[in-house]
Amino acid sequence: MATLTHHDGVTAEYLEVSPSARKKFIWIIVAGVLVLAAGLLLAVFGGGHHEGAEAAHGAAAAHGAAEHHGSPIWLKRLIMSLWHSNVFFLGVSVVGTVFLAIQSVAYAGWSVLVRRIMEALGAWVLPGGILLLVIFGLGLINHDIFHWTMPGIMTEGNANYDEIIAGKSGFLNIPFYLIRTVLYVAIWAFFTYKLRQLSLEEDLNGGTEYFHRTINVSALFLVLFAVTSSMAAWDWIMSVDVHWFSTMFGWYVFASWWVSGIAAITLTTILLKQAGYLRWVQASHLHDLGKFMFGFSIFWTYVWFSQFMLIWYANLPEEAIYFNQRLGGFNGQYTWLFFFNLVINFVFPFLVLMTRDAKRQMIMMKIVSIAILIGHWSDFYLMLMPSTLQENNGYLIEIGVALVFLGLFLILMTKRLSQASLVPVNHPFMDESLHHTT
Amino acid sequence: MTKRFALGIFDDEDVLLHAVENVREAGVKIYEVFTPFPIHGMDDALGIERSRLPIAAFFYGLTGLCFALWLQIYTLGFDWPMIIGGKPHIALPAFIPVSFELTVFFCCHGMVITFYAISKLYPRWKTPVLDVRSTDDKFVVAIELKEGVDLGNVTQLLRANGASEVNEKEMSKF
Repeated sequence: MATLTHHDGVTAEYLEVSPSARKKFIWIIVAGVLVLAAGLLLAVFGGGHHEGAEAAHGAAAAHGAAEHHGSPIWLKRLIMSLWHSNVFFLGVSVVGTVFLAIQSVAYAGWSVLVRRIMEALGAWVLPGGILLLVIFGLGLINHDIFHWTMPGIMTEGNANYDEIIAGKSGFLNIPFYLIRTVLYVAIWAFFTYKLRQLSLEEDLNGGTEYFHRTINVSALFLVLFAVTSSMAAWDWIMSVDVHWFSTMFGWYVFASWWVSGIAAITLTTILLKQAGYLRWVQASHLHDLGKFMFGFSIFWTYVWFSQFMLIWYANLPEEAIYFNQRLGGFNGQYTWLFFFNLVINFVFPFLVLMTRDAKRQMIMMKIVSIAILIGHWSDFYLMLMPSTLQENNGYLIEIGVALVFLGLFLILMTKRLSQASLVPVNHPFMDESLHHTT
Repeated sequence: MTKRFALGIFDDEDVLLHAVENVREAGVKIYEVFTPFPIHGMDDALGIERSRLPIAAFFYGLTGLCFALWLQIYTLGFDWPMIIGGKPHIALPAFIPVSFELTVFFCCHGMVITFYAISKLYPRWKTPVLDVRSTDDKFVVAIELKEGVDLGNVTQLLRANGASEVNEKEMSKF
């Protein structure tokens, strides 16, 4: 039995990002740019096929005639897809830090061998946060992302005046919005940096001092993250539907980020393992990650359904508009995505990961984690696009932008992974993780 | 039926786990191990097959789901249709909470009852205790002394693997 064999020889293990791997990341970016270019060309020259949808969308349009204020469609789609992919990847990235913090606060021993992967996911938090501000700025030029940024929309007597939006001016105004966004990103980036620093110092000096300090820092971060993640969800996503609101929305977005982040940790673990690294990571560790993916897929569904059922049952026009747009609205072009979202994010992981064996096999876990990442990217698509692009949505530009983000994300993440040992050799719970059996 | 056992008493669970592995490797069949608390890796060390309870649980859950859907669709859709909140008679989203609860209900109760049945746990069952110290601070390995199993050999084997004492005991309840 391997369970009690003592692994006294745990040694540091360094990831070397091979030139071929780096080339792959570059190819992902190149492929993204090509798809993006194709999408842009189609959007610029192949436009006009949406005219038929115009009549149908009247039924679902919320505010005004929803005339296309601002940019030409291709530019609007480009800016929206940048915002969409950035919000998704920023969330996946920060979940690495959140998961790390939760493992620390819970005194979890099993996860020590995969801690460095969580730390590495956080590499995107700061660049992603800065990009978020840049894209917000791009969106301001023609008010492509946020309807409430329109000039005069909150001034009585102006042609753009909207009473409901004006009522939210205390919260939704550009200076306060920017302060909040900078604050969220600053908090996330600071704690990501701090936890990483503590972990690296522990590698050098050992002892239990860093372990205890990590717990304190993590506890503080979790409290702040609970508030900022929820508010970020209102600001970055819910406020595109500025007339609409849902008290479940913070949880809904968090659940989506959270399960995607865990899928990303799992996928990275498997890919590293298959590349010959992480030799102490066993089926038991994979099993636990699998339980998290399984459990939180159900959690996401629970939150999603809680939001859906209350709105469906009460059927208040100002609330039901959200699902009207997504389910049958705009000529029904989001309907397939609505059901696809439920199948890939709930039915598929639920049925596939139900058995113990599936959670212990790399191939099954790999398929499910990729499905979850694609599924939740689509979930964010479904949160953002129907309210902003309405009937003019598409997929090529969006997929191209997502691939570019993925490539950049992977470059930064692998860089951080290679900067320190993949095994936090001096962690006090190392032995527990080595002997982890489930 | 009366059975005869050799009981190896251990003080430490790590020693016990190694002993169990070694005893089985030596070809001696272990009847059962009694410990005050669950020991990680003991199921594997004893070579106990994985329980099939989860498979049963899945089907109990499925039964609950079907029952819940039948109950709601039949009563609200056919037997006594009522208009509630302007929704259709068979309004699936409204049925999901009840379906979920009944799935869980059937699944849990089915599992608990099945577990009791296969473990032969029923009211008034008296658990035979081979050595009362296994409920306190000792770990007990029981080896049945059938034909062809020699007490001397077993004693030697257990002692060599760290048993602090080896006793012989007869038990009629097994």
